[in-house]
Amino acid sequence: MKLIGIILATNKSEKLWELTDKRAMASLPVASCYRAIDFTLSNMANSGIKKVAVITQYNSRSLLNHLSSDKIWELGTKQGGLFVFTPSTADNVFSYKGTVDALYQNILFLKRSQEPYVIIGSGHHIYKMDYREVLRYHINKEADMTIISKKMPRNSELSSYGIMEIDNDGRVLEFEEKPLEPESDIASLGVYIVKRTLLIEILEQVVAEGRYDFVTDIINKYRKKLKIYSYLFDGYWSNIGTVKRYYDANMDFLEYDIRKQMLIDYPYIATRIKDEPPAKYNPGAKVKNCLISGGSIIEGEVKNSVLFNRVCIGVGATVKDSIIMNDSYIGNNCYIENVIIDKQVVISDNQKIVGTKEKPIVLRKGTVV
Amino acid sequence: MLLAGGQGSRLGILTEKIAKPAVLFAGKYRIIDFTLSNCINSGIDTVGVLTQYQPLKLNQHIGIGIPWDLDRKSGGVTILPPHIKGSEGNWYSGTADAVYQNLHYLEEYDPEYVLVLSGDHIYKMDYSKMLDFHKENNADVTIAVLEVPIKEASRFGIMNTDDTDKIVEFEEKPENPKSNLASMGIYIFNYKVLREVLLKDHEVHEDSDYGKHIIPMLIEQGKRLYAHKFRGYWKDVGTIESYWQTNMEMISIIPEFNLYEEFWKIYTNFDRQLPEYLGENTHTDTCIISEGCEVEGTVKNSILSPNVIVEKGAKITDSIIMSNCIIKENAVLDRCIVCEDCIIGKKTKVGFGENIINKKYPKIYTTGITVIGEKTVVPDGVVVGRNCVIHGVTKKEDYKNDELQSGETLLEKEVIK
Repeated sequence: MKLIGIILATNKSEKLWELTDKRAMASLPVASCYRAIDFTLSNMANSGIKKVAVITQYNSRSLLNHLSSDKIWELGTKQGGLFVFTPSTADNVFSYKGTVDALYQNILFLKRSQEPYVIIGSGHHIYKMDYREVLRYHINKEADMTIISKKMPRNSELSSYGIMEIDNDGRVLEFEEKPLEPESDIASLGVYIVKRTLLIEILEQVVAEGRYDFVTDIINKYRKKLKIYSYLFDGYWSNIGTVKRYYDANMDFLEYDIRKQMLIDYPYIATRIKDEPPAKYNPGAKVKNCLISGGSIIEGEVKNSVLFNRVCIGVGATVKDSIIMNDSYIGNNCYIENVIIDKQVVISDNQKIVGTKEKPIVLRKGTVV
Repeated sequence: MLLAGGQGSRLGILTEKIAKPAVLFAGKYRIIDFTLSNCINSGIDTVGVLTQYQPLKLNQHIGIGIPWDLDRKSGGVTILPPHIKGSEGNWYSGTADAVYQNLHYLEEYDPEYVLVLSGDHIYKMDYSKMLDFHKENNADVTIAVLEVPIKEASRFGIMNTDDTDKIVEFEEKPENPKSNLASMGIYIFNYKVLREVLLKDHEVHEDSDYGKHIIPMLIEQGKRLYAHKFRGYWKDVGTIESYWQTNMEMISIIPEFNLYEEFWKIYTNFDRQLPEYLGENTHTDTCIISEGCEVEGTVKNSILSPNVIVEKGAKITDSIIMSNCIIKENAVLDRCIVCEDCIIGKKTKVGFGENIINKKYPKIYTTGITVIGEKTVVPDGVVVGRNCVIHGVTKKEDYKNDELQSGETLLEKEVIK
């Protein structure tokens, strides 16, 4: 294999409020039984990559727990492996100064590998891709760096992405991070392929200058000097960076076509196996257009919702357009609409909680109502 | 030593291609999962699984024992198939003979005690309590027993005990039982006693069996045999009816045998985690639906294993549908067991008509349940009766007037001619 993988799971987002209080974005539960990072990890493993490093910093406990067996993604081989890196505590610095710093502090991983290319991905993007195709493209174009990108619909908050202008050959001419007035609709997905030795060289150079951001200090600065190409991806892709996006991304999986392409069809997205009995539907359960996972017991009405493992829905309860994470309990005769319920939440009988689709209510992990 | 080589011949087509311990149960489990989970939950980490009849599925399922934490550097799970020794080889011809033929496996570990189990039953049991009992009594052998209604006792191997639970007599299926303590086929032996008796009995009986030979011989020798009473849920799913019935017990509102408790979890080998989807037109009533199912139809009093597709308008009642089946549009199933990887055609009805006992296998299919063997295709628009058996890729021509009457059998071999 010519590629090694690095997953940056360093992000936290203020826009996810309570959801990332106690966990990294990469370990956010998605689509009824997965965590966000499963998608990129599985993409790497399914692309034949044998060696993957996950770089974490904030609130990594749940992520570390999730990643505790490399066998799940079939990365537990003698010649490969899943490496998890946290910030060095030697200088009493418990966080990275930026994406470049995160890579630089773990530069030994790059130096000790022999594979010629590196792919850098992010732990909180939901998509399915064969990176081998991107590598072929990268080699064919004789590029120094390839950025995976996507043509976004015009109405899609373009100003929250890195927007690129490219020529007919796909070469990146301009790159602007979160532009106020976007000049193009091609957005960077934050996934890059670079030659390993070139990356080491650039990292050392940039850090020596006291700069730490991958986008501004590498892509922007080197866009003329290096041959940077854009690889256009046209499959399903979502980013869970805000509460609304997180909500929508989960609801996307209620669509058969998305579920089929992302989950049912080969290659598969792997996740930690939960030893749960199959879900049980008692008399009174009315479930329509929902994703349900193992260990759940349902006695009420659930519509257009995504439920994770071991969720209990009480008798006479109604749940609509909501997300309910592991081990949460909804009491009898409750009415829940447009709510994101984090793990281990207990809602007592006869409660009514209603949010809106644009602004779903979020109940923090362990809340008792 | 977990005996998993049995066919379970009274399960008919269910065990045509797989051993009984590998048959799916309660959706995502296989029958052997209960015994394997009991082992690890009781702290037993060295398990030999003796296989013989159709072992492929069983071998794939157990693998190196990861789901049960039996992938260990020392001990762990070892599959023990029959093998050739020197110039000759023998099949396992009895429950004790199977262990006799693997004495070299036991020698390697040189244990103090050996627990002999079978992989055929649904129960949760802490074997460490039984071992405590065994040690307290300074016993040579301890046999787990279940108190059964006295009128049913003549179907079991019955232990007659004294006041101290010491076994004074063993009777296999007695006409006039003196006690109601039925053997569960679970034994703890002092290893030295087991070894000695197996070697000795082998010289007399080629088909050495615990119930028939070993236990009577030990009682005769005046060894200390004790009966350990087990109180709890225990089911032998040995017939089509009891397999169906025991599955159905899992869907009651608060099942006697509860899989949803955190304590004493049951583990299974499960290669792919997927959510299940219930569509806009789904109706459910008292059922278990496993991961990966896509349901658009009606499921009532039924159990669906992983990755079953139930298309629009299909209706499943009182049935067990195993993994990867496709139940097409408007198909109707009533009191059926559909094995793995089957396709039931559009508008096809299965399980309708009079309750006529199966003509070809009158001892197996008697209670109105129609069974469809693995990888079977039932074409669109046919009607299948009760107590029927179908196995293989069948076509419309195989059904006279688009019908298979109650009690009829349609098997691949016949279809081929």
